[in-house]
Amino acid sequence: MSADARFDGPGPDAVWQAALAEGRFLIQSCRACGSHRFPPGLVCTQCGSAELVFVEASGRGVVYSTTTVREREGSYDVSLVELDEGPRVMSRVEGLPAEAVVIGMRVRARIVDEAEPVLVFDPEGAS
Amino acid sequence: MIETLRGKVAISGIGNTKRWNAPGRTPFDQLQEAAILALEDCGLGLKDVDGLYCAVSSSGLPVLNVAERLGLNVRHADGTMVGGASFLFHIQSAVSALVTGQCDVALICYGSNQLSAGGKLVSMPDPQPYEAPYKPRYPISSYALAAARHMHAYGTTRANLADVALSARAWANLNPDAFARGPLSRDEILASRMVSDPLTKADCCLVTDGGAALVLTRAERARDLKSEPVYILGTGVAVSHRQIASMPDLTTTAAVQSGQRAYAMAGLGPDDVDHVMVYDAFTITTLMLLEDLGFCAKGEGGAFVSSGAIAPGGSLPVNTNGGGLSCNHPGMYGLFTIVEAVEQLRGTAGARQTPGAEIALAHANGGVLSSQATAILGSAGAL
Repeated sequence: MSADARFDGPGPDAVWQAALAEGRFLIQSCRACGSHRFPPGLVCTQCGSAELVFVEASGRGVVYSTTTVREREGSYDVSLVELDEGPRVMSRVEGLPAEAVVIGMRVRARIVDEAEPVLVFDPEGAS
Repeated sequence: MIETLRGKVAISGIGNTKRWNAPGRTPFDQLQEAAILALEDCGLGLKDVDGLYCAVSSSGLPVLNVAERLGLNVRHADGTMVGGASFLFHIQSAVSALVTGQCDVALICYGSNQLSAGGKLVSMPDPQPYEAPYKPRYPISSYALAAARHMHAYGTTRANLADVALSARAWANLNPDAFARGPLSRDEILASRMVSDPLTKADCCLVTDGGAALVLTRAERARDLKSEPVYILGTGVAVSHRQIASMPDLTTTAAVQSGQRAYAMAGLGPDDVDHVMVYDAFTITTLMLLEDLGFCAKGEGGAFVSSGAIAPGGSLPVNTNGGGLSCNHPGMYGLFTIVEAVEQLRGTAGARQTPGAEIALAHANGGVLSSQATAILGSAGAL
């Protein structure tokens, strides 16, 4: 085999999912330019380098935008959280009514077990 | 280099099935009918077609399915699939192929049975594992997130969004072929059922069937054909993301880039445009695209639409067929923006005709504000 050894091992989605299952929230950091990316991939979307490494995310961020989805069975929040490292993630802010989630709210990540582990956020300061 | 393409290719024929609720017809039935109508419109036949451009929601191999059904022997083809903007990407591809002689007669076509097949959005399988656990309604929740951010950044209101829907209905009431006609008030729109805040059912486009097609030829050939040619003055495309979380700025689309590219090729700017079609899958889309294409400043879209500027009698005729909100929306609407622009430039739009329109801008959006494509069209007077 003459495959390029830099890309050996499990792919970035698999690495991320396995870490989440262990209760760890990872994002990728670029060795070349220092910026972060999420969701996982093989290249830095800022500078184009392929020198990405997984690091522990701070788990802190701010609600960038939010919507309440109205279903017959009830309403729930879908938010975009801008992580302090820069990238945005789609998630759900818990611990308050969906309508009470507002843009600008500081939030903190938590991993919950549903059918599979899922990343959610709580308002900063909530116990 | 790019400006040398200006006016070299023309839209010679248009086809529109106007069958918005047609049970018993497949997407390919709608597409084939539209193709026949477009070829008859310019006096060409299926045996003349040697370039094929298509995308459908129901098949991952549209070029193969359509070429077989129409009996085409194609020497250039493009099945690029970027959602509702696909067909304007196809136009740009066809312009290059025609100018370089890779084909002589390009057929761009689409069909859908979205309404009669059950009213659900038919989407190609495209799993998004980083979104799925949160159950956003696709695609409305993504547009709702953009709308919420626009409101936060610029003070845009639900009443501003309602005025987009109101304007679309006022135009539809001038179009006998529009699917949704009749009186509609701002209060009715605001009282509509909330689906994904801040967007209600009335902020969403229709769900219809339909088919549309274009025939493109080099300009010199177009002048000898049956219908009045409409010249392609400029095209531009851009893509920015797939998932809404990855959109660089939720208040600004890549239409800024596609628009600049099209204006540069045409040697024109927003002030030169007589008639505008922008893909209105949701009310917020119209508002943001008008800003991004330079018809008003960023953040002023709300005030612009609520001033009555885009409604009948306003300063800028926008979505004069009634748009996706009130005329038709068969899954992917992009091609219908071009069909209406051609009608306006030919002067055949009846009660909704923009007097003396010589330059039209048609713009399509795809995915979740993901793909953007702009076409600037002109009558002979604009060359």
